[in-house]
Amino acid sequence: MRIIPCLDVDGGRVVKGTNFKNLRDAGDPVELAALYDREGADEIVFYDITASHERRETASALARAAAEEVFVPYTIGGGVRTADDMRAMLRAGADKVSVNSAAVRDPGLIDAGAERFGAQCVVLSVDVKRKEEGPGWEVYLNGGRLNTGMDAIGWLVEGERRGAGEFVLNSMDADGTESGYDLDLISSVAEKTSVPIVASGGAGGPEHMISAVRAGAGAVLAASIFHFGEYSIAQVKEEMERSGIPVRRTEAEVQSG
Amino acid sequence: MAERLNVAVIDYDAGNTLSVTRALEKVGARVDLTSDPERVGGADVVVLPGVGAFGDCMKKLRERGMDVACGEAFRSGKPFLGVCVALQVIFDDSEESPGAEGLGLLPGSVRRFEAGDLKVPHMGWNELRLVREHPVLDGLDGEDFYFVHSYYPEPAEAADLLGETEYGVRFCAVAGRENLVAVQFHPEKSSRAGLRLYENFLSWSRTL
Repeated sequence: MRIIPCLDVDGGRVVKGTNFKNLRDAGDPVELAALYDREGADEIVFYDITASHERRETASALARAAAEEVFVPYTIGGGVRTADDMRAMLRAGADKVSVNSAAVRDPGLIDAGAERFGAQCVVLSVDVKRKEEGPGWEVYLNGGRLNTGMDAIGWLVEGERRGAGEFVLNSMDADGTESGYDLDLISSVAEKTSVPIVASGGAGGPEHMISAVRAGAGAVLAASIFHFGEYSIAQVKEEMERSGIPVRRTEAEVQSG
Repeated sequence: MAERLNVAVIDYDAGNTLSVTRALEKVGARVDLTSDPERVGGADVVVLPGVGAFGDCMKKLRERGMDVACGEAFRSGKPFLGVCVALQVIFDDSEESPGAEGLGLLPGSVRRFEAGDLKVPHMGWNELRLVREHPVLDGLDGEDFYFVHSYYPEPAEAADLLGETEYGVRFCAVAGRENLVAVQFHPEKSSRAGLRLYENFLSWSRTL
């Protein structure tokens, strides 16, 4: 079971905010990620949301800077439109590359990435929302501004067939509510596909993460609860372990427990 | 503060050279990331990183004359660390690339995972169990390390097996002999335990 803090980065600064007091600069993504590494994060996700045509450059610069201070696997999302973009991120030190809108526009991007770099490097991330009528979820693009009308489960089944090695399921209904992940979504995707699922959107505490794992997620992503210090990674891991979910033990936990 | 060692990290277009370099620098090494076999000969210590397939890795090493440089470094007694696919290419051959010849520094062959229902590639954090004590593995028994691989070596000589991990089967995660140690996992992605391994390796290198 992996715990993954997620950092949204705009123009080289973490957005969504943080209130860590022991950082020199709370907005620096590498410094924050290094702190999460020391606290026991199993992986880190950086999403570059810089609104610019130079986003590939800002995202690969971020990957390169992270290699200096972050010694757990990390994923870079944002700025990836082609297999060469993926290569640039991986060469810069990223372990995985996350694709979202670009893969919907050009699904062959998944095949190309999996073939050139291995399926384990290609993360298919989707922003989904429950359909207004009937069961199921629809895929949204451009940070949730554009409804494609595509069925989310169908798209993920296709993504797996094309070679995606992991899914990040961002529930737009749950995002920012801190009232729990969309468990129906997780279990529906787990039933139809077999790649590891990373639950995203809605985490308010360890109990939500435990529910996500029971619904079929292999990892949980969270931003606000870690950035604002509501819970430490060690606390989440302790709660999970108490519920019988195996986690990677780290020195920090040994000291605190 | 002990003298800084000159570490040659072999650059042959493998994906993780930057991460390996940064981790070594973090623990105090002076790193020369190089594709020049002569510079490998001139370094105090050699590190061979690796990502990708056995046959492809050997081809790229051979194109640069690095296969010879690695063999010479090993035989001259220079401290040598292999990471990920480097643990595989130090053996003779692999099921991944039939017909491709490895560096043959240690006797043995590389097998594909038969992990039952478990997913291949094996990817994630798993526990290292020491088979025998080694200065490079000091304090690391029972620590979790980060793995990404579909194959693992079977050393022909039991004495070369230093550490194991379980994923469906128990497999060789660390092998070594004399001045050579190689690990299947990625220390540069294994947080504090991984940095400790690089630190141990540098300390051990100073004693050789």
